[in-house]
Amino acid sequence: MKVLVAVKRVVDYNVKVRPKSDGSDVDLANVKMSINPFCEIAVEEAVRLAEKGIATEVIAVSVGAKQCQEQLRTALALGADRAILVETDESLEPLAIAKCLKAVCDAESPDLILMGKQAIDGDNNQTGQMLAALLDCSQATFASELSLDDGKATVVREVDGGLQTLELSLPAIVTSDLRLNEPRYASLPNIMKAKRKPLDVKTPDDLGVSAAPRVTLLGVELPAERQAGIKVEDVAMLVDKLKNEAKVIS
Amino acid sequence: MSILVIAEHDNSSLKPATLNSVTAAQAIGGDIDILVVGSDCQGVAEQAAQVAGISKVLVADNAAYGHQLAENVAPLIAEVGAGYSHVLATATTTAKNILPRAAALMDVQAISEISAVVSADTFKRPIYAGNVIATVQSSDAIKVLTVRGTAFDAAPAEGGSATIEAVASAHDAGKSEFKGEEVAKSDRPELTAAKIVVSGGRGMGNGDNFSMIYSIADKLGAGVGASRAAVDAGFVPNDMQVGQTGKIVAPDLYVAVGISGAIQHLAGMKDSKVIVAINKDEEAPIFSVADYGLVADLFTALPELDAAL
Repeated sequence: MKVLVAVKRVVDYNVKVRPKSDGSDVDLANVKMSINPFCEIAVEEAVRLAEKGIATEVIAVSVGAKQCQEQLRTALALGADRAILVETDESLEPLAIAKCLKAVCDAESPDLILMGKQAIDGDNNQTGQMLAALLDCSQATFASELSLDDGKATVVREVDGGLQTLELSLPAIVTSDLRLNEPRYASLPNIMKAKRKPLDVKTPDDLGVSAAPRVTLLGVELPAERQAGIKVEDVAMLVDKLKNEAKVIS
Repeated sequence: MSILVIAEHDNSSLKPATLNSVTAAQAIGGDIDILVVGSDCQGVAEQAAQVAGISKVLVADNAAYGHQLAENVAPLIAEVGAGYSHVLATATTTAKNILPRAAALMDVQAISEISAVVSADTFKRPIYAGNVIATVQSSDAIKVLTVRGTAFDAAPAEGGSATIEAVASAHDAGKSEFKGEEVAKSDRPELTAAKIVVSGGRGMGNGDNFSMIYSIADKLGAGVGASRAAVDAGFVPNDMQVGQTGKIVAPDLYVAVGISGAIQHLAGMKDSKVIVAINKDEEAPIFSVADYGLVADLFTALPELDAAL
């Protein structure tokens, strides 16, 4: 079975971003960039399927600037077989990214598409669902367990009330939640090997996708700051403050 | 302007989350209809018709919609939504699963988790784990939006008398099947609706120690949450996770116990009215957002707190 896994280059999860001084966008100059943590989990899942002999080929795909090659090399070092970059300097929206991925899927015909449930920059949580719509295939978002058997995928999903289990016909899109697996670290020999693995570059134009934005960013701002609080001496003082000052308990 | 709000429900009752989207819809302004998609869900439609300010309730009642499978529900929302200027749903896991799929079918770039309405086409939303608030303007003819529940008050559940109309259209893609669910059963208030939330983190040490949190929560009538670290460690189930990618809460009182306060956790609770942090590490980042900080070992502080309540 052919598995396609999408990866996004994002600001590292430890970085606290700030608006630019003119408030036009966030300031990403000299900020550490990484593979989106949820995408890393998706890559790990794909590699485990290959190790189990279920996946015969794992293709990592990214859509974005030339520098996304770094994250694709990371995916290759983790065990993907080859990579495709849909290169554009535009900052694409989830729908346009889904359209690029659809064109790649049309050419590659994967049986399973693994993605992160959301990217930690835009926090959109849309691309997987949109790609599933465009491909008219089944979807399971927020996956914490995945098994494949008999041409079907069984997925346990983390939902508000607890856990839900779905069975999907293939091809299917599965988006990873935090607890799907714990990604490995790439070993040095694998990082070296990844440099020689094939990485194709295409453009949205090659794929016939219009990247025209539908949503305009008018500006960014910091959220309202919380007033500095106080330290209380002990539990008695805490309870007193909550009862008589904040009046949130009785 | 005509606005369609997608009902959040379990086929028997309308979930309060729906009412936050109704308030967001009122901020946009215009006629507001509610779409109830489910199976044997007439009772939900009747409750939706009581919500103040609703013109019409549309009900698509079909076995194929019973488990809110995205492959079946999204085409229906796309079809019904085509007649509206806005389609809204509160950002529960159900809506987050379905609405982007419906938006793509409509060729619309959806906007996730709006926290404020600036105008009919311009909205604010948190990005980068809520460290930054973006103002975005949509040029799509139809706006498809999910609504951050904590950012909008619930509309009154009573006082309306909307008409109820059936939607006959049935979509059964046959691509996915519901196999089962494990729903946490609890008499405590639902996390996202609770007035008080008490959460435990890695500092709790193990799942058994959460009994101290449950005991305090029950005295306060509180919901119980957890940090990602506590869920990952297996102390408590996933539905208790508060944070950027878990549940977003904004109760009157949030008590963080043994939680260091990673930005991903703060993203899920920093809009709470009053925040209390109990942690033995006085450098813990949680204290930077706490109104009342208690530097103490939780294993002595929690029994004391329990006794004082």
